[in-house]
Amino acid sequence: MAACSIEDLLAKAEQDEAEKLKSITVQKELDLEFDIGNLVAYDKNRIDIRQFREQKKEDFLRSLARDNTQLLVNEIWKHPTERVEEVIVVKLPEPTTPLPREKPPPKPRPPTKWEEFAKLKGIQKKKKTNLVWDDVAKNELHRLRNIARAQKIKVPGVGLTPTAQQSKTDLARAVNVAKSSTASAGKFQDRLPKEKAPRNTGKKRKFQPVIGNFSNEKQRQLDLLKVLDSKKPRLDVNKAVNKQMREDDREESAAKFKKGGKKGRKGGNFSGKGKGGGGKGKGRAGGKGQGPPSGKKGAGKPGKR
Amino acid sequence: MKQYGGVIKPKTKRAKRFLDNRAPKLTENVKNAMIMKGGNTSMTVTQALKDIYALKKPSAVLYKKKNITRPFEDSTSLEFFSKKTDSSLFLFGSHNKKRPNNLIFGRLFDFHVLDMIELGIEKYNSLSDIKSSKCPEGTKPMLVFAGDAFDHENEHKCLKSLLTDFFRGPVVPSVRLAGLEHVLHFTALEGKIYMRSYRSLLKKSGCRTPRIELEEIGPSFDFILRRTHLASDDLYKTAHKQPKALKPKKKKNISHDTFGTKFGRLHMQKQDLAKLQTRKMKGLRKRRGPAAAAVVAGETSLKTTEVE
Repeated sequence: MAACSIEDLLAKAEQDEAEKLKSITVQKELDLEFDIGNLVAYDKNRIDIRQFREQKKEDFLRSLARDNTQLLVNEIWKHPTERVEEVIVVKLPEPTTPLPREKPPPKPRPPTKWEEFAKLKGIQKKKKTNLVWDDVAKNELHRLRNIARAQKIKVPGVGLTPTAQQSKTDLARAVNVAKSSTASAGKFQDRLPKEKAPRNTGKKRKFQPVIGNFSNEKQRQLDLLKVLDSKKPRLDVNKAVNKQMREDDREESAAKFKKGGKKGRKGGNFSGKGKGGGGKGKGRAGGKGQGPPSGKKGAGKPGKR
Repeated sequence: MKQYGGVIKPKTKRAKRFLDNRAPKLTENVKNAMIMKGGNTSMTVTQALKDIYALKKPSAVLYKKKNITRPFEDSTSLEFFSKKTDSSLFLFGSHNKKRPNNLIFGRLFDFHVLDMIELGIEKYNSLSDIKSSKCPEGTKPMLVFAGDAFDHENEHKCLKSLLTDFFRGPVVPSVRLAGLEHVLHFTALEGKIYMRSYRSLLKKSGCRTPRIELEEIGPSFDFILRRTHLASDDLYKTAHKQPKALKPKKKKNISHDTFGTKFGRLHMQKQDLAKLQTRKMKGLRKRRGPAAAAVVAGETSLKTTEVE
């Protein structure tokens, strides 16, 4: 009895399945051929001409189309799907029907002059590793900046802050700077046995040739005398004013920064820079605007005479 | 440096990009179609051209002016136009007493005519005649070819390939399931070809795959096959040649058997089997000293007794 009931159950389950699939199954003599990559279906079954003539043409064609489309959709739904941005897409395979190309396949381009030379010499391409942000150096740089701000001295250059990996040039530069930062500018510092003296440091001065352009030399000597003679101070008003304004701005920003203190340190940094830049720009423009009028003494109101 | 074979050598980056887009590539662009009118056209033909342009938008250009040429006799102006607009498909509509309501579908390879097929329109219902909501422009259509003529006859086979090329749209790796709306159905029967365009509605069925219901939208044509101009076999072969780079790379040392199981092959160095590390069994170790000698003596005495 139990066996019978199991058989019944199975039969019932099959029947249910069949009913479910009834709506999407289509009976055809020959199976269709599909090219899902192109979403094409080929139906090779013979079409019943009598049926075509009996029925209305459009209805016959429509029912045929519906059946074929149903089979095509069944085939498409068999393929894997995935969810892309809240939309369900089906992944299509490569198209299988051979279709002619538009243009012939591209010809390989001829090697360039460099490529030929590299091949000849056997040079291989070397990949440069990307520059990586060095955390240790960053900390060191910030520490030195803080010290500089506290003691109001300048921060040393890039190569002089110790980093994890220092290249040959960095070390050489650091050694040179350390050597020349003595009271006598490194002239009496001991050198290693085989170390050569660096002969290309020092301020470069260009001298005029002893016997050269006579008129030029004469003109220069006369100008020098003229400057010594004149009673006016050699002062460029514009430059002086700008320098003063810049100094004032710097003091102002430093004062504001100190006011900001711990709370506004992050924001203050940006604002300080922005304000300083804006202030500098404004100051300069203002200075320039004011410069000429102050220079000219009687050009205030040209109209009135 | 790439050699730009044309007259123009690009002077700006934009021009260079434009020319590179039109140059021969490994994976090609969507084929553009140019739709043009002949010396004399009827209302049916102009309307039909407009409808097919609507189906093929945006990868199609519709020319308004009439072109007095005959594609079957002289194809130079077609080739010139294709070079200008970078199109490799064309549709030429004309009308005269001998061939009323004529449409010539064709394609080009390397800007020369590959093949073309002339179809006559016997019955035509335009997009505007059939009142229903249309599919959005640019949907990739599903194509169905019904009838054994498409399999047996050479000209029909060519027509099948041409129509697939014409209407298939861009080749995409995946398609939105809900967006499979447009169906183009071609039936070959009694020397005639019926083209119908439907909108598919995906209805709920008991299972995952939906049930399809069709609603006719677009233009419907009853074509009759007229002249054809097919290319020679070796021209077809050259046109179908795919570049080697596109072939999927075969992974070495991997093979499949008939059941579909994947087998891999490992290559090892030569091993000295005498020195292999195996499980150590204490009892099987060789014993040294007097115990070994006693055993040996016992064995030999046994042998001598047996001989006797």
